[in-house]
Amino acid sequence: MAWLVVRLAISVSLFYTASAVFEDQVGKFDWRQQFIGKVRFALFDTHSQASKKLLVATDKNVFASLNSRTGDLFWRHVDKTGPEGHIDALLMYGQDAVVVAGNGRLLRSWETTVGGLKWETVLDTGSFQAAALVGVQDFVKYVAVLKKSAISLHDLSSGSQIWVENLPDSDTVQYQTIYSGGNGLVFVFGVVPNSHIVIVEYKIEDGEIMNKKSVEAAWMSSLESSCTVISSGILLCVDQITQSLYTLLLQSAEQTEMRQIHLQTLDLEVASGFQPVLTSTQPNPAQPPLSEFFLQLSPDHHILLQLKDGLIVPLRDFNPSYLAAFATSGERTVAAVMSPKNDTACSINLFSADTGRRHLDTTIIYHMDPNGGKPNRLYVHAFLKKDDSVGYRVMVQTEDLTLTFLQQPGRVVWMREEALADVVTMEMIDLPFTGTQAELEGEFGKKAAIQDGLLPMVLKRLSSQFILLQAWLAHLWKLFYDARKPRSSVKNEVNIDTLSRDEFNLQKMMVMVTASGKLFGIDSKSGTILWKQYLENIEPNSVFKLIVQRTTAHFPHPPQCTLLIKNKDTGLGNLYVFNPIFGKKSQISVPALPRPVLQTLLLPVIDQDYAKVLLLIDDQYKVTTFPSTKNILQQLQDTASSIFFYLVDSSQGKLSGFRLRKDLSTELIWEVVIPTEVQKIVAVKGKRANEHVHSQGRVMGDRSVLYKYLNPNLLAVITESTDTHHERSFVGIFLIDGVTGRIVHEAVQRKAKGPVHFVHSENWVVYVYWNSKFRRNEFSVLELFEGAELYNSTVFSSLDRPHPPQVLQQSYIFPAPISTLEATLTEKGITSRHLLVGLPSGNILSLPKMFLDPRRPEVVSEQSREENLIPYAPEMPIRDEWFINYNQTVSRVRGIHTAPSGLESTCLVVAYGLDIYQTRVFPSKQFDVLKDDYDYVLISSVLFGLFFATMISKRLAEVKLLNRAWR
Amino acid sequence: MAMIRVLSLVLSVLSSVTLLWTQSGECNNGRRSADAVDTDFSGFSVPLEHSFEVDDVPRFRLRGALQFRGGREQGVYLSQNQLSEKDRNTLKDVAAVDGLYRIRVPRVSLQVDRQTEKQSEGYLTTFVRACSLVESHLSDVITLHTDVSGCVVGISIVTIPGSCRGIEVEDEVDLEVFNTTISVVAPVTAPVPETAPYIERMEQEMEKKGKNPQEQKSFFAKYWYLILGGAVFLMATSSAQTPPGGASEQS
Repeated sequence: MAWLVVRLAISVSLFYTASAVFEDQVGKFDWRQQFIGKVRFALFDTHSQASKKLLVATDKNVFASLNSRTGDLFWRHVDKTGPEGHIDALLMYGQDAVVVAGNGRLLRSWETTVGGLKWETVLDTGSFQAAALVGVQDFVKYVAVLKKSAISLHDLSSGSQIWVENLPDSDTVQYQTIYSGGNGLVFVFGVVPNSHIVIVEYKIEDGEIMNKKSVEAAWMSSLESSCTVISSGILLCVDQITQSLYTLLLQSAEQTEMRQIHLQTLDLEVASGFQPVLTSTQPNPAQPPLSEFFLQLSPDHHILLQLKDGLIVPLRDFNPSYLAAFATSGERTVAAVMSPKNDTACSINLFSADTGRRHLDTTIIYHMDPNGGKPNRLYVHAFLKKDDSVGYRVMVQTEDLTLTFLQQPGRVVWMREEALADVVTMEMIDLPFTGTQAELEGEFGKKAAIQDGLLPMVLKRLSSQFILLQAWLAHLWKLFYDARKPRSSVKNEVNIDTLSRDEFNLQKMMVMVTASGKLFGIDSKSGTILWKQYLENIEPNSVFKLIVQRTTAHFPHPPQCTLLIKNKDTGLGNLYVFNPIFGKKSQISVPALPRPVLQTLLLPVIDQDYAKVLLLIDDQYKVTTFPSTKNILQQLQDTASSIFFYLVDSSQGKLSGFRLRKDLSTELIWEVVIPTEVQKIVAVKGKRANEHVHSQGRVMGDRSVLYKYLNPNLLAVITESTDTHHERSFVGIFLIDGVTGRIVHEAVQRKAKGPVHFVHSENWVVYVYWNSKFRRNEFSVLELFEGAELYNSTVFSSLDRPHPPQVLQQSYIFPAPISTLEATLTEKGITSRHLLVGLPSGNILSLPKMFLDPRRPEVVSEQSREENLIPYAPEMPIRDEWFINYNQTVSRVRGIHTAPSGLESTCLVVAYGLDIYQTRVFPSKQFDVLKDDYDYVLISSVLFGLFFATMISKRLAEVKLLNRAWR
Repeated sequence: MAMIRVLSLVLSVLSSVTLLWTQSGECNNGRRSADAVDTDFSGFSVPLEHSFEVDDVPRFRLRGALQFRGGREQGVYLSQNQLSEKDRNTLKDVAAVDGLYRIRVPRVSLQVDRQTEKQSEGYLTTFVRACSLVESHLSDVITLHTDVSGCVVGISIVTIPGSCRGIEVEDEVDLEVFNTTISVVAPVTAPVPETAPYIERMEQEMEKKGKNPQEQKSFFAKYWYLILGGAVFLMATSSAQTPPGGASEQS
């Protein structure tokens, strides 16, 4: 019977927490965007004329097919992160795409229409050097893979290995490239730096070495960028120091050294310090390459050259030119060259490769984004038009990882912002009020009230009411107008000028900072990018810190965000101040930061412009304030003795606390040293500043109150042991007061390993670790309580809390690995909390905090039932309906950002990784919202019915009374 | 006024909360020494220093000595000096300007055999407001926190009560002797998921279920009376309905 009650309790509790999306709600308030990352290889499917496929392989180990008409993904394969999934080469022939992945570990062939795997071969170990398609008699049959010490040939249709041969003298010779011209031979080129080149010839049928020769080349250090094969088997190299081109006939026995051609004889010169680049093209792998090639002499100078009868002839000089690329359609090969037109635009032109003559009417104007980076890659898709002339489209990749697909005469077909595949940090900012709302706000502003008299105030009031009426009428008219139109066309475009806060503040501006240094402003409702800004001179992948100094609540002052960035050249910190709604850089002068910044601190102290004060502490413990007006400095002086901050030096295991002095210097007040020989600090987290806790305590079964220990200064410090043996390794948890340095609690999770993910909020810390003994993931929850009585109920001061809190802890098994962890956040903190767990599978689990409660009883009692505690079960359940993103998985989820909305029940969630997913969660269901299918008609008809019934019955009663009086 | 400087008697103000810590390891390596318990090292002491200055620049002086007992019953005792009259006045002055009272201990390992080689690589410091120390009549609680291997990683001090209400402490005697509670806290071992008791409990539940013959009965055995009653009721109603039909035909 007791068991039944337990089950009932569980099911009742689940009834309250279950929250899944209904089928008709899909996509209503959530969206997902999928990204691929920085493109390393891109190939257009030229197999058939109507093909829309564009195959790309990226630095995020993603292999995908894009629709070249729309830029959407046809399919995408996400491989393992790191070197294991690194895509080394991408080759395409017909319907097949051959990929070498994992530093030459795997050779795969993909079917390009649906993205199915045709075959996969595991290659021998050895670091990958090059791969090439090998053709015999105009037909491509094999793929050759060159490793550091071996070469192997595989059948293109089945992947089976035809032969594998060890390379001669591979310990001294660095084999780097491979070439086949369709004549039954495969050439392998190796180099002994500053000595000679080695060329080995293999027979395709059986891998027999046909010929091996070495050629003097004392100037040569690397083959890869400076050499290429052109024409019918001529090796062409370029050297910057000797300012020469070198040629070598591959299949001649008599030529034993390379022929030198001075660039001077061609009136050419390589820019100093620039490594010249040779680009040739081999339209069909079964045929020798063309005799035309590009030579890049400086970052903006290309020249098209031709090798004719042993002589090098310049065909066309492109000066200036940023990028150049070959493309082939049918039998015709063209070259596309991008040249600067003016400051904001580039022009791309098409030239025939064999003559260098310009094709008429082939100009594409490429407008550079003033907030973006320079173009750095050009991919050309050439096709034959009906009149047999060559048409083309281009894809341009810029420094800020924008992919732009253009067609003549410069129309942008689509655009992808691949910088968003690597979001580092983000914030959600409230949108500003509309003009009318702002008008009202302004009317009741303090300044206005003091300046104006009574009459102007009345007039102002009337005028603003009139404006409101006008706006309302316009709104009604729009509703009426929209109602007549079909539904699909109503969807109004989000525009930066029409942005305004909605009724419940559900629509916000997502400010995202990416690793490449590009900032984005994204509308949270639709996912539209409203503004973007590329910050140059930023060290990529460095740490960014985004701080909201002024929210939108202070009209007419614009909101203000500050980003702490690291300069690429100086390595020092730098402040970038901008308006998060419009993305414009603020004109406010920022303090120079001559020293590295250790810590930033946003104080609740505000200046007369309502911007919160940011303190930056440098490595000499000096404090810089921003903004630093007189008013601020005065306020800081007054409150200096109550401003504390902490620093963490994980290399020495030192945590230290400082106090601000009146002269803005600092003094060390506490120090905790965790010996690094035993354990190292891996993470320190405080609480979120915008978190509200509604309830001070928990009501127990016997109606007494257990008060929470709500220390806003508490830091959770997680350490991992240096000893990684599975029996001795441990994870340490220190809860340290950030003001006094008092260790409030110290626990050791034995036989545990990182990576540790944790959330610190309210009076609890939840962390996840790997149990190395039982080989499973485990959750542990720590809750801190003051006890049955509060020490000082009015105010919390770290300096005056002598009694240590009671600490309760419980652990659970979590039957899945974890990528990231975050807690929901709501406006007032009344709604129960959920934990959002990002799983490697791409799902996001919304786990009720109720399951992570150290007071879950072992044995059910009357009191625990009264308190609604779920009986303890060691394993945490995972229910499918808890996945908030149903089938919209987020690849490689790295972070989850939560933000409160204007509705207490609703929390906005953004999960980011390779993809971005935005949704809303309702941890306690939508208790403050009427359901979508709420029956307004019924309730109003009942109301009206009752109203009329009362009226009628009143009338009848009156008549009856009158009649009775007459009787 | 010439004051006779009363040299402070070294008065062993006792105070002692002992704490047993069972686990032992080393600071420098993860090797465990099982013989730590058996060593007859009798203990060692480290200085506890304090500083309270009106200009708030720390100048640490000796406050007392922390004596650690090695061996089977590990514990800590604090013997400390009385505050001199000058110190008392300084402390009152510091309290008046809301200054800090700081204490520090050197970083030491409480692990006995490691103790000798690991000496003073720095200090662990903490503070309390001087006024609260004065108002609590020098009653404070000092806690030393160690890590798993027995190294002291942090020190904390609180006074009881901890508030500063601006109460004047008139009586000089109240500020002479520290009333200190000292303890050493080792990290607690965090619990792991308790599978064994859970399974045991489940088994007990099952057993209970098994013992109870009421629950073992089949569905029909349990509810035969209801089914029978229902059947009788159905029959009765169906037989009761037919006569009216027949009656109407008759009329």
